[in-house]
Amino acid sequence: MRNFPWPWPTLAEAGRCHAQWRARRWPQTLLLALLMLILPPAIAHAQDAERDTAALELLEALDVDSFPAKGEAIDAIVASEDDRARYWLQSLLDGRLQRADDGRFVVVLDNTGRDWPVEDALSGEALGEMSRRELDRIGINNALRNQLRIAIAVVDLYAADLELRRASAERLLGEVDAELAEPIAAVIEEESDSRVRQRLTLALAIHRLEQGEVEAVETLQGSLHSRVRVALNRAASSDDPLLAAAAQEAVNSIEQNLRINRGLETLYFGLSLGSVLVLAAIGLAITFGVMGVINMAHGELIMLGAYTTWAMQQLLPGQPGLALILAIPAGFMVAALAGIAIERGVIQFLKGRPLETLLATFGISLILQQLVRTAISPQNRTVVTPEWMSGSLVVNDALSLTLNRMYVLGFTLVVFAALMLIMRRTRLGLEVRAVTQNRAMARSMGIRATRVDIMTFALGSGVAGLAGVALSQLTNVGPNLGQNYIIDSFMVVVFGGVGNLWGTLVAGLSLGVINQILEPWAGAVLAKIIVLVFIILFIQKRPRGLFPQKGRAAEG
Amino acid sequence: MWLTQPFNERSTQLFIGVLLAAMTLVTLLHLVVPAGHPLHVNAYTVNLFGKYLSYALLAVAVDLVWGYLGILSLGHGAFFALGGYAMGMYLMRQIGDRGVYGHPELPDFMVFLNWESLPWYWQGFDMAWFAFIMVLLAPGALALVFGFLAFRSRVTGVYLSIITQALTFALMLAFFRNEMGFGGNNGLTDFRDILGYNLRSDATRLGLFLATGVALAVGYVVCRAIVGSKLGRVCVATRDAEARTRFIGYRVERFQLFVFVVSAMLAGLAGALYVPQVGIINPSEFSPIFSIEIVLWVALGGRATLYGAVIGAILVNYAKTVFTGVMPDAWLFALGAMFVLVTVFLPKGVAGLLAYRLKRRRNDADAHGQEVTP
Repeated sequence: MRNFPWPWPTLAEAGRCHAQWRARRWPQTLLLALLMLILPPAIAHAQDAERDTAALELLEALDVDSFPAKGEAIDAIVASEDDRARYWLQSLLDGRLQRADDGRFVVVLDNTGRDWPVEDALSGEALGEMSRRELDRIGINNALRNQLRIAIAVVDLYAADLELRRASAERLLGEVDAELAEPIAAVIEEESDSRVRQRLTLALAIHRLEQGEVEAVETLQGSLHSRVRVALNRAASSDDPLLAAAAQEAVNSIEQNLRINRGLETLYFGLSLGSVLVLAAIGLAITFGVMGVINMAHGELIMLGAYTTWAMQQLLPGQPGLALILAIPAGFMVAALAGIAIERGVIQFLKGRPLETLLATFGISLILQQLVRTAISPQNRTVVTPEWMSGSLVVNDALSLTLNRMYVLGFTLVVFAALMLIMRRTRLGLEVRAVTQNRAMARSMGIRATRVDIMTFALGSGVAGLAGVALSQLTNVGPNLGQNYIIDSFMVVVFGGVGNLWGTLVAGLSLGVINQILEPWAGAVLAKIIVLVFIILFIQKRPRGLFPQKGRAAEG
Repeated sequence: MWLTQPFNERSTQLFIGVLLAAMTLVTLLHLVVPAGHPLHVNAYTVNLFGKYLSYALLAVAVDLVWGYLGILSLGHGAFFALGGYAMGMYLMRQIGDRGVYGHPELPDFMVFLNWESLPWYWQGFDMAWFAFIMVLLAPGALALVFGFLAFRSRVTGVYLSIITQALTFALMLAFFRNEMGFGGNNGLTDFRDILGYNLRSDATRLGLFLATGVALAVGYVVCRAIVGSKLGRVCVATRDAEARTRFIGYRVERFQLFVFVVSAMLAGLAGALYVPQVGIINPSEFSPIFSIEIVLWVALGGRATLYGAVIGAILVNYAKTVFTGVMPDAWLFALGAMFVLVTVFLPKGVAGLLAYRLKRRRNDADAHGQEVTP
């Protein structure tokens, strides 16, 4: 998952970062000097051959039985300033650094099968395949694994790549010990990226807190990172009353802050769920409003939209983003055509018999479901989320908003606005509204109601297809996709009232938020039940929904 | 008396006659004809027929509200299942200490969930009379509360259908939860005996089949009596023009509520007879798709005839048994196609078709007769 940093580094900062990179050699030397006091000296910056001899020595130190000795060897590698250090450490961590029978150190590229492709750990050149019997893995234990992670983080701290530095600073939170404290303090002085700086300052402050410094609490205050909270909680139960009190206070304010963030997160998830409901229900609301019939196959039209996305991605392998964008018009068209077929094939023969229409369209939904099961597969299909849609927007340490949900939310609003425009600004919209209000009168004014029916049905079904495209990014695409949403969509329509798009929007979003608020203390299932019961009671008071149509139009 | 009134109708006499004849025939073929003979009806088939008959009773209940009241209930499965659960709870208590865990009072799933004692709503179900009353009361009470709320605020038509569907959906979700104390996902099963008779013996199965047949006959007569009475006329008037009936001065919602509750109780009775015959009750009976399937039985058989509902239930379920045995994948296609074809081409169902044929033949005969005697 790619994290979008917040706050963003300014352009000026980014420029400075580049300029300062050259000047940042001396802390490295400092670290080296520090470690050299304890560790065997390492020779750096020499002729290639000399360098490889030194490197071989470093690696050979790893190939010992004693784990503490290996630990020292790892430190030596960190101190060596060799530019392959990270590569070795990572390979070691992954268990891919191995020694061949002939004494060479190799890195295994792929350990499936009997013969493994390997490359030389020193030169990096491919050595072809080796039988796994010829290879001897350099074992590590959990303590070493942890040490390796920190060592890699320390090495990364000096990397040119900003992302690497950020990740490493993140990893060092709560891992700083006396040995690292000083070099890290030096790095903070030099670091140009504010996020890395902030993380390292926190890391250092946690270390200082562990040493019992009360002032460190001040630095940590306001941070929402879980490591910080752990450290403060530990400090709050320390023997030093002054420190404990300060830490407790900081913890309390953090908890307060977290509650707010959790509230925001609930709201976000609620709006996200609500936007899905709106998308699923709005097409239904349109057809129900105009024709007074409930299309039970609406959920299956949603499913068709989702499957269209899947099919587009199958047609355009390797380009999930493009496929998704193309799936928007394609999904609309597929669902709209299916909708027209349903209208022409069945519904037009059932004029004035809304309950029979409900049954007939239910039959169609069964057929469509089974068709997908037979023709494609009863199993769920995977729809790839394009890279620009995955990941999340990190607001702070406690609150990150997943991007795909944000896109769906935005998409819903766009679809809603477009429908609003169609309904308010086009000839079709005018006719649709006229037929919704009074079919007989509209017809006598020369509106071809049958044509309006077809167009409305196509529009409503097309929107269902769009909902399917959006849903394919959030849930599994399977034959039951539509069924899961149909009852909820009806609830939205019933709650919001017919013939009013605003009603659908408000009802959908509020039902989503209500659901998410109830969920933590009632559980997902009970929350759903409560919402259903709430709607049943709600229509006692307002049988025609939140925004009923007024006047004579309401009769019928 | 109003309850004997239906026996004066020819259709009721015919229906009861056919039903009793069929029951007698099945019993004779099961008991008298030796096993191995092609005409022998084995215990499995008797059981299957019993299941169909309980479905038929359920369909009659749905036809009562849909055919005569115009209420398309997509939630009658809920009443059916509630009756089934009431019966299931009684059967569960009858297991006693013969369960896997051997607990004298708690059913197996409660022991498994580490429950200490029986929840209050399980009390009393060890007594048959209490359980049998609850079979009618539980769905009746739900229908009363729900119907009161719905009819009072004049929720009708498609809205009402959707709300009933939401009702059964909500109940399904609720019964899926283990904390509800109804066995969660697995429901109630592993029954052993009913009223002291072993549920797995052939004789008990035959008895249950006959009991279901009698229940169907009684249910049919009750429904017939209701629709034949003045109350039934008001119902039909409500169905055809609710606002007008109200303006004339009838408290429409009371009639609706009464009939709805009776229908729910009949559905509960059907569920109670269904459970011992299939040996399990689980939340899938609450699923909206089952409820809507019931409506199809009625639509296929023919609305507002009652006997049509019975024909439809038996036909569709027989088709289901055959299809799911031969080619299970095709069943949903067939079911879906039936929904479409029946609503578009056969709005009056099989019963309507029969009546049409009958009428035409009579007309032909009349026309013929006229020619002979001018």
